[in-house]
Amino acid sequence: MLELNNLHVSVDGTEILKGIDLEINPGEVHAIMGPNGSGKSTLASVLAGREEYEITEGDITYSGADLTELDAETRAREGIFLAFQYPVEIPGVSNTYFLRSALNAIRDHRGETPLDAMDFLSLVKEKAKLVKLDEKLLKRPVNEGFSGGEKKRNEIFHMAVLEPKLAILDETDSGLDIDALKIVSEGVNALRDGERSFVVITHYQRLLNYIVPDFVHVLKDGKIVRSGGRELALQLEDQGYDWLETEPATVGA
Amino acid sequence: MSQTATTAETFIDGLDAGIGSIEGESEAILALRLEASRSFAATGVPTPKQEEWRFTNLKALAATPHDLGGPATADISPWRLTDSHRLVFVNGRFADTLSQIGELPEGVTIGSLATALSAENERAVFALGKGVDLESHPFAALNTANFVDGAFIHLNRGAVVEKPIHLLFVSVGGDGPIWSAPRNVISADPTAQATIVEHYVGTGGETLTVPVTEFQLAPGANIKHVRLQEEGRETRHIALQTSRQGRDSRLESVALNVGAALSRTNIDAELGAPGAHASLDGLYLVEDAQHTDTQIKVRHAAPHCTSHELYKGILDGKSRAVFNGRIVVDPGAQKTDAIQSNRNLLLSAGALVNSNPQLEILADDVRCTHGSTVGRLDEEAIFYLRSRGIARSTAESLLTYAFAAEIVQEIPVAEIRERMERHLVERLPQGELAREAF
Repeated sequence: MLELNNLHVSVDGTEILKGIDLEINPGEVHAIMGPNGSGKSTLASVLAGREEYEITEGDITYSGADLTELDAETRAREGIFLAFQYPVEIPGVSNTYFLRSALNAIRDHRGETPLDAMDFLSLVKEKAKLVKLDEKLLKRPVNEGFSGGEKKRNEIFHMAVLEPKLAILDETDSGLDIDALKIVSEGVNALRDGERSFVVITHYQRLLNYIVPDFVHVLKDGKIVRSGGRELALQLEDQGYDWLETEPATVGA
Repeated sequence: MSQTATTAETFIDGLDAGIGSIEGESEAILALRLEASRSFAATGVPTPKQEEWRFTNLKALAATPHDLGGPATADISPWRLTDSHRLVFVNGRFADTLSQIGELPEGVTIGSLATALSAENERAVFALGKGVDLESHPFAALNTANFVDGAFIHLNRGAVVEKPIHLLFVSVGGDGPIWSAPRNVISADPTAQATIVEHYVGTGGETLTVPVTEFQLAPGANIKHVRLQEEGRETRHIALQTSRQGRDSRLESVALNVGAALSRTNIDAELGAPGAHASLDGLYLVEDAQHTDTQIKVRHAAPHCTSHELYKGILDGKSRAVFNGRIVVDPGAQKTDAIQSNRNLLLSAGALVNSNPQLEILADDVRCTHGSTVGRLDEEAIFYLRSRGIARSTAESLLTYAFAAEIVQEIPVAEIRERMERHLVERLPQGELAREAF
């Protein structure tokens, strides 16, 4: 589904990702862990199509096509979803309207007819329950006045409505208490259907107790320095990231 | 002779001015006209050397002779409201056949100011010019010396007008440049209530509109007011609005500037007795080479008054906006609560804003805040929308529309609100989509 091949990425002339190789198949959950500044969020942004990131070497293939050719909105319509680390407040634009525009843009891209207001409303209510999102937040401007936890739940709610093929969760666990973390994780797990793939970016192992990954990759200084199964995350929890300096790197999933 | 005076004289000659008069108007009015005429002759057309006119250059106007607009007719169907008390003025002259005042509640006078003055209506004579500082406002002096007509609204104690009062001013251009000077006097006795739409439009041609609108609110009076300026693109529009408010009165005014090549709106608001509230908000929407200038002075002359000013601007092309806001708190005006904010959104690299909010506080127990921002659309917000599948152009329109919505939603008359929404839709690439969001 997604294949990164020797991916090098720079921002303002500074190289952040220094040769990433990664292959994600349908239905897989990949966790990307690593210390602050290792390039985790850059990876998420590049996949979502943020324009200030320059790919200097390597390529990204998504569903057999060159992903770098597509702008951010086309990627979203092709099924890529990024749950933001810091969801953006959009004053004046209601959460429901925003989501309906997004969903209909995606449906239009797939050659489907737009959902009418009634069908959309019942869909939205059903999905809001999934992440226990207060219905009053549907009418409010996107993320405006939402608590930190509500913002993160709203991201998962958007994901549930838009039903992407590949969901990238960028530190969705940061700032969440354990109850909110469980709700978010349950929302994500409900969307695991054997076809949809996930990239779960996190600094902490804790999230992976709830969203159990198939693969764990450790990103350090712009490179994947180690890949393994779920047990790698537990090892990192015990030993931190420093021990990886001394071990030989094994690259690839 | 100074350069200013020379231009003024050319301009006055060109304007076919001197002073005007209305048949049957009183000596007092005539004296006021003379004083105004002298005042304008002394100050002349302002130049950018004067602080208040630093960013608005009238050199081209001063060099263009304008004739006072004569009677004309116009098709007003594009601007009619479905249900209102309507007064229409064409080139500053009352158009009886186009007006439809309809049935009025008891104690309400709505009609031509000229008619009121020639009948020596005491209220009209008393109110006229009371709130106008002729020296500070040369164009108001020009108006005072020359006005032919305008609206006169008087509400007796406790009178309530349910339907909006629609004052429609149509500029009808001729062969050469013409000008008009509508003069409006609105006075509300204690606890009276009305919604007034002051609406400036044009049928094309090079015109100059120099309106003056005076509000007087007695204790407990409540006036909602929307001023929509959507004149033609060859028009210059230089306006003054004054308000003087009594105890516990409330003025909620929204100013919308969309049209004209050059528009300048001065607002002088005085809160003269405890408990008075003025909300003076606005939205300007300019593009191409349009120039819009707003100058607001709110004077808190008594304790326990509140004022609220929120002005938003959306600029495209090579347009320019000037905002000068001044809050003056007199000594003794304790417990003043005043907010002033000017926020500008630039949609192009060529647009320019000069924003200058000022406070002059001579009391010590007050709460005053002011601020201004000039910025572009938030790229982070655009990316967020795009990352969910929304096209860039739609995202931009949506955010721009949302920026304006805060003011648009305040407009007290639905049809005017819809007109403003249509202006937004027309200016935005994906405006129709964005409009559905609200």
